[in-house]
Amino acid sequence: MLLAVNNISVVYSDVIQVLKGVSLSVEKGKIISLLGSNGSGKTSTLKAISGLLKPENGKVTDGEIIFQGRHIENQSPEIITRMGIIQVLEGRQPFKYLTIEENLRVGTAIRPNKSYKDDLEMVYNYFPALLARRRARAGYCSGGELQMLVIGRALMAKPELLLLDEPSLGLAPLIVREIFGIIKKINEEQGATIVLVEQNANMALQIAHYGYVMENGKIVMEGKAEDLVENPDIKEFYLGMAASGDMRAYRDVKSYRRRKRWL
Amino acid sequence: MDFFIQLVVNGLSVGFIYGISAMGFVMIFKSSSVLNFAHGELLAMGAYIFLVLVTWLELPVYAAFLLTMAACFSLGFIVERLFLRPLIGEPLIFVIMLTVGLAAMFKGLILLIWGGNLHTFPDFLPSWLSLNWGSVAVQPVYTLALVVGTIFLVLFGIFFKFSSQGIYMRSVADNQRAALSLGVNVKKVFALSWAIAALVAGMSGIILGIINGVNVHDLSAIGLKVFPVVILGGLDSIGGAIVGGLIIGLLETLTGGYISPSLRDVVPYIVLVFILMVKPYGLFGQVEIERV
Repeated sequence: MLLAVNNISVVYSDVIQVLKGVSLSVEKGKIISLLGSNGSGKTSTLKAISGLLKPENGKVTDGEIIFQGRHIENQSPEIITRMGIIQVLEGRQPFKYLTIEENLRVGTAIRPNKSYKDDLEMVYNYFPALLARRRARAGYCSGGELQMLVIGRALMAKPELLLLDEPSLGLAPLIVREIFGIIKKINEEQGATIVLVEQNANMALQIAHYGYVMENGKIVMEGKAEDLVENPDIKEFYLGMAASGDMRAYRDVKSYRRRKRWL
Repeated sequence: MDFFIQLVVNGLSVGFIYGISAMGFVMIFKSSSVLNFAHGELLAMGAYIFLVLVTWLELPVYAAFLLTMAACFSLGFIVERLFLRPLIGEPLIFVIMLTVGLAAMFKGLILLIWGGNLHTFPDFLPSWLSLNWGSVAVQPVYTLALVVGTIFLVLFGIFFKFSSQGIYMRSVADNQRAALSLGVNVKKVFALSWAIAALVAGMSGIILGIINGVNVHDLSAIGLKVFPVVILGGLDSIGGAIVGGLIIGLLETLTGGYISPSLRDVVPYIVLVFILMVKPYGLFGQVEIERV
């Protein structure tokens, strides 16, 4: 087991509780998908793992996070990134005034003074679009290029565990397909372990091995990706299909049924 | 005509010194968006440390210069560690107010130790440093400033553009959260930028001390002159600081020479207003890249 999250609670500013006992486990070399609607606590879970809760005044108040046998809950991001956990932030956060190549070089921050040429080549192999734009300022690149850039930047760190927060956000369906294809390829070729947070359940479950569904700060369902795709509730609430497989209008979904099942 | 050329040469010399004085200020702003109101006092600290080493300890000039650089570098480090680090994550205005406090503290400290009188360095500049073309002359100290300032400029240009540490520093200035997520050591970056800024400030403090003598009031006033320079050049551009300095220096001497010496402190500001109306980010400032 690469990462084990045991029953963690997360509280922001000492009063706002967003996670109420979340447990999940991540096996080496697998893609784990974390699904759920807005505000269900997916991003907070990732930040609890990567240590980025701290600068936002959040804290793990209960439970434990164990990575490669070491406790990492409430550690600083400097320490956690050096252990090999890199989070790709939601909404693509490039360094706007740096060129594409300089952006990628920042990915080597956890292992400075080492040669990075081979890694650059590896990233350009996965994302040829970046090679063509390597001298361009990131601020002037398209959304798809930026998403490739931030994933590539994280790969430069050679992470043991890659946390991806909504890579499909605001991208055209074709680009989303391309990026998910590359994520799968990275997982297969580099053996990278990936935790993927997504709204786009359909795409996420296509490439994931295992999935968790979150609501209101709790895990409400988990299972192998191929089982989740077949699950009638997932189909209805996340894939937009009725149990029979037809498309259903949103108003037809009876909210009381949803409440009974998920809370 | 000779008078004009001499004025231009003088203006560019003075302006270049304004420019290198502003470099340290820009460096801190670039990495942490902090306006450092204690910049003039950092200049003064450099000049006084050099004064002690040269006149009291009577060290050779080269050794004294290098020691001063090392002392200023450590001073910047210590200031960041003791006063600024506890404020990481707090609103910027607190940090800026803290630098106002730092300015008062350093000024008091200098007055306490050295008093408010004018001190001078012994004359150590060789006369071959002075340049002459016909009736136009450049004093040795300005040649020195040109050489030392250019060396620093080129070194920092290379550092920020190509070295990994320089790129990490720029990444923190650009997007602190993203830098943190990649494991960039933000505290180290802040400490380093204060140390480098104090070092550059110390260097220009020494040069200013050679020109005007060492006096804490004069030197901290130069710290204020830095503001029009960097606003004109663009707050986050080191090259812009130099060009801004040259323009302000030129305007000052030309006004002083042709219009009236009493207007020389005013006209640069008037020109500044007009330039900012056309280029609100300064001449070389980075235009905010907005994405929707």
